This record gives sequence, C-alpha cells and structure tokens, in this order.
Amino acid sequence: MENILEVNDLHISFDTYGGEVKAVRGVSFNLKKGETLAIVGESGSGKSVTTRAIARLIPNPPGRIKEGEILFEGKDLTKLKEKQMQQIRGKEISTIFQDPMTSLNPTMKIGTQIMEGLIKHQKMSRSEAKSRTVELLDLVGLPNAKERVDQYPHQFSGGQRQRVVIAIALACNPKILIADEPTTALDVTIQAQILELMKDIQKKTESSIIFITHDLGVVANVADRVAVMYAGKIVEIGTVDEIFYNPKHPYTWGLIGSMPTLDNTEESLVAIPGSPPDMLNPPKGDAFAPRNEYALEIDFEMDPPMFQVSDTHYAATWLLHENAPKIEPPASVKRRMKGMASGMIANSDQGGEQS
Amino acid sequence: MARYIIQRLGYMLMTLFLIASFSFFLMKLLPGSPLKMEEKLSDAQLEILYEKYGLNDPVPIQYLRYIGNLLQGDLGVSFQLSNQPVTDILLSRIPVSAHLGLQALIVGTIIGMLLGIVAAIRNNSWMDYSANIISVVGISIPSFIFAGLLQYYVGVKLGLLPIAFWGTFPQTIMPTIALAIFPLAISARFMRTELIEVMGSDYIVTARAKGVTKAAILFKHGLRNALIPLVTVLGPMAVSLMTGTLVIEQIFSIPGIGEQFVTSVMTDDFSIIMGTTLFFAFFFILVILIIDILYGIIDPRIRLAGGKE
Ligand SMILES: Nc1ncnc2c1ncn2[C@@H]1O[C@H](COP(=O)(O)OP(=O)(O)OP(=O)(O)O)[C@@H](O)[C@H]1O
Ligand SMILES: [Mg+2]
Repeated sequence: MENILEVNDLHISFDTYGGEVKAVRGVSFNLKKGETLAIVGESGSGKSVTTRAIARLIPNPPGRIKEGEILFEGKDLTKLKEKQMQQIRGKEISTIFQDPMTSLNPTMKIGTQIMEGLIKHQKMSRSEAKSRTVELLDLVGLPNAKERVDQYPHQFSGGQRQRVVIAIALACNPKILIADEPTTALDVTIQAQILELMKDIQKKTESSIIFITHDLGVVANVADRVAVMYAGKIVEIGTVDEIFYNPKHPYTWGLIGSMPTLDNTEESLVAIPGSPPDMLNPPKGDAFAPRNEYALEIDFEMDPPMFQVSDTHYAATWLLHENAPKIEPPASVKRRMKGMASGMIANSDQGGEQS
Repeated sequence: MARYIIQRLGYMLMTLFLIASFSFFLMKLLPGSPLKMEEKLSDAQLEILYEKYGLNDPVPIQYLRYIGNLLQGDLGVSFQLSNQPVTDILLSRIPVSAHLGLQALIVGTIIGMLLGIVAAIRNNSWMDYSANIISVVGISIPSFIFAGLLQYYVGVKLGLLPIAFWGTFPQTIMPTIALAIFPLAISARFMRTELIEVMGSDYIVTARAKGVTKAAILFKHGLRNALIPLVTVLGPMAVSLMTGTLVIEQIFSIPGIGEQFVTSVMTDDFSIIMGTTLFFAFFFILVILIIDILYGIIDPRIRLAGGKE
C-alpha cells in the first residue's frame, strides 16, 4: 500500500527558561492510505508534540522542528511557509483534540465554526456551506442539525461537542485525520459511540487516521498498527497483533502489564516502576534503562537501534541483538497478553452494541 | 429581554429614590447655609429668606416637600444663580460634559485597545514594553497632573493649543487627552492580558487546525472573546470620567456639570449639589445597566432572562 505520510528522524525541542526540552528525539514512521495507526505511551512521551508537528501546530517560539522531514504525498511539510501550510491544514490534514469542552469557540455559532473551513478550502458560498454543514452534523449523528447549527457550544453536551469537533475535522474530507485522545474526556458509553463513528466514517471516506490514546483496549478496537513511544522516541512499532501477542520491548511489556483487563481480576496490576526521564537532560543510552529490570550493561552506554522483528514489526531494545541473552516477557504479562485476545473480542462486541 | 430591562429600570428608580433621600439628610447634617455667604444681609432679611425657601420648617416636612417636587421632575431653584431652576442649569451643562466625556472615552478605549492588541501579538517585544509603560503611567498618575503638564508645555511653552475654555475643537483637545489617559491605560492593559490568554486557548488551536488565516483568527476568534472581560472595566472607567470631569473642567474652565458641581459645593448651593448628585447617580446606574446588556450581546452564555433555553 502507498504511504501517504512519511516521518523521518524528526527532532522537536522547546526552548524554555530551564533550557532545551528535547520533546521528540528522532521519530520515524509512515502512514498508509486508509489505515489507522495508534500511538501509545506514557504522559509526556511526545505523542501530542509529534502529531501537532505534522500539522505544523507547534507554537514557535518556544517550539521548533530541529531536524527531520515530514513527507506528505512526497512534499516536505517542514519546509512550507505558514501561508502554504494553511492550505493543507483542515483540508488535507485535520486534527481532533482531546477536550471538547475547550476546543470550540464559546462565542461563535456551531454552524459558523464548521462552515469556516468549507468556505476557505472548498470555496463554497455561505448557503452551500450551510447545507453541507447540516449534512455533516447528520453524518456525525447529531439530530435536529438544522436548528442546531445556530446554537452555541454551551448548548451542547460533551459528547455532542466532540461530534461537532469531528464534523469540523471532517468538513473538507481530509486525507489524514489526527485524533489526539478524542475520547479521553468522555464517559465510557459516549466513548464507544464516538469510536464507532470514527470507524464508520473512515470506511466511507478512506482517510488515514493517527489515533493517540492511553487505552490499549481502544487500540485493539480501532487500530491496524501501533507505535509505542517512550521519552520522545518510538521504541516499538508493529501491527496490533504483533504488539499484543509478540511484544519485544520491555517497555511494551510494562504497558501491557499495567493494563486492567476484565478476566484477570485475581492478579494485581503491575505498574512500571520509576518515572519517565527529564527531557531537559535525557540520559545517556536507552532512556528506559533505569526503569528496566532486564536492562543490559550496554543499555546505559548506547541507545539501541531499531531491530527488525518482521516486515512490519520493529523494536529498539538491545535484547533483540544476536549476542543478548534470550529473555521472555514476565509470566504475568504473558497471561495478560492471552487475556487481551479475549478482551479484544469483548471490547469490539461492546462497541457494536452501544452504537 | 424587554421584561428584564423594565425590571432593571424599576430597581433603578428605587435606587435613585434612596440616594435622593440619603443625600438630602446628609446635606441637612452639614453646617453652613447657602445664604450665610451673603454677609450684607441683616438677620431680619435672612429670616425672611429662610421663611421663603421653607428652611424654617421641620426637616421631615422639608424632606416630604423635596420628594414631592422631585416626583414632579422639579429639582428646585439655585440659591446663588438668581433663582434659576436646577433642571435648566443641569440641562445647559450636561451636553458640554457629555461631549468631553464621550470624546475622551472613545479616543481612550480605541487607542488603548489598539495598543493592547499590538502588545499582545508582539508579546515581549519593545512595542509590548512601551505599551506596558504607557499603561502603568496612565493608571498611576492622576489626570490633573497630565492636565497641568499639557497646559504648561503644549499650551504655554509651545503655544500649540488653547489652554482653557470651551467652544472650538482645538479647545477640546487637551482636556480630552487628559481625561482619556485613564481609559486608555486600563483598556490597553486589559486587552493585552485577555488577548494573550485567549490566543493561547484550545479553540484558537482548533481554528488554526482548520487552516484559518492569522488575521481571521485574531479578529473572528480572538477579539470577541477578549472583549468580554473588558466590559467589566467599563464601570471603573465611567467613574473615572465622572470624577475626571470634576477636576478637568475646573482646570480648563469648561462650563460643564463638573465645574458647576465644584462651584456649588464651595458656595453651599445645596439644591444644585443635590441635583448634580442625583444626575451622577443616575448616570452610574445607567452605565451598570448598559454593561449588563452588553454582556448578553457579546457573550451568548449570559443571554439574559427571557431567552428560551
Ligand atoms: N509548549 C511547551 N513548552 C515546553 N515543553 C513542552 C511544550 N509542549 C510540550 N512540551 C514537552 O514536550 C514533552 C512531550 O509532550 P506531549 O504533550 O507530546 O506528551 P504526550 O505524550 O502527548 O502526553 P499526554 O499523554 O499527557 O498527552 C513533555 O515533556 C512536555 O513537557
Ligand atoms: Mg498529549
């Protein structure tokens, strides 16, 4: 399949009073047409910064793209001027943000907020844009769309607002949809509905989605591939099956081990010990080493390269080096991996019922 | 909305009644009398005058008479200005003060807001710092000092503008500037803080993510939201204009209501003092009402009672 997006060796830093925060330190991945890539990882690992950089939404100052390229249909977005980027944002690449309560303008009618992009990118007249807006609100499942276009955000519930945000993002049929924790702020039933909606829409529009989440259950539900981020790097990337059934990186083991499942109730959750490194002074070697019970000596000296596991599966851990001792994931994680297989089915069933 | 406004007007009348009563009794507690100044009058003549103006009656009777007249729109007559009705005096002076006040308010808020906007978009640049200095100076130094400085340097030393009186446009310039400094400083400060905060909010990122141009983001999304808190300082601004006119009109010899008020206080002309006090109170309450209505217009979340939601 064709790559619509290729990110190569991306470095992003923020210049703060304390010094340079190296938020993203060499991220590479690609996104194929029509696929959903999930990005998971602890808070502060650089998920939002990476994806905001793709839409060039990092405020500068303090942020800057230090190195690397972002190829969208072969064009390097890091080289574009702000004016050229405005032609791409909202039209080719759209973003859905985490908090629907704050991501809509409180003093502007919902309809106007959706129409803005249509008028700008599709060169529609106001009346054309308005009827398209009503269609979009229908598409995202907001009843009474005709009346609701003239209402203000405070007249909508959280779930409804997130539907509006999605309608804004979808307005111009973008090729890439970036969803930065789109359901975190919503309650569980609404979450499931929104996820179903996004899956539906993707089927209809064939757009590619980058989906950021903390919830591995959601990953299993929506994603084709998963990238695991730690301290500004991707430490493991592969298909959902590869990451869930055959994880190679001890950090991925930790994530799976710390995930609650329905059936493993007798087993307590295993939290990953320690805390993420200070991005002002990232440690030498593998940033995860100090928290990694399987760390080798070399981990403290040299950052591991990406080792290839399969055509689609890569992980950055010295454990994959041919001279490394053969280490299996801990038993509890293995049981959880198995549990996830059934959990995954339970999960997608649930999503189906609630929509 | 109409019902709301009518209700508010009702409260307004009640407030005015209370203020009228309160200031009436306060005036009665003050020593001195408007007629005492006339040293030429003999005690017998004074007695006749007291009788004529009803000043010998018990205070409650005077109060009832005062309120009765007030209800008929009669504010009494001046003791000093050859028995002219207070209403006439006020009506002849209000237009001058309103002209000066409005001119200062408009000039002040517009320049102040522009300054605030520039300071916010060029955050931490030399423009931001200069705007900041202007606001600090404008807020902390009273308007009469500016008035004096302007008169001395621009009026006397450079001879560019007339230093007093009212009538031609050039005569309005210096008092307007002196009076505009405070609203200018306040609105610049507020605009800057609010706009910086608004431009950092999530919905601005949403707008950027839509591909909206920078100018459209500022004018369509930023300004309106930044204006909401600015409405709250309209109250203090109105007060500053009111007290400002008292001093500024005196300094520039402008025949406005503030100058009349100060003169009347000096001569104990209490029917005018009462009338002017009532007018200032009325003006202030009106400003508060306007602020509340403006809120509803700018911020859809505070649409006043009467809306359907
Ligand atoms: N404006 C900024 N100034 C300074 N540092 C920043 C800024 N924005 C992000 N960072 C830093 O970049 C790093 C990555 O942040 P990012 O928001 O991408 O994390 P995340 O993976 O999305 O976390 P979460 O799951 O909590 O959303 C963090 O260390 C953060 O402190
Ligand atoms: Mg984030």
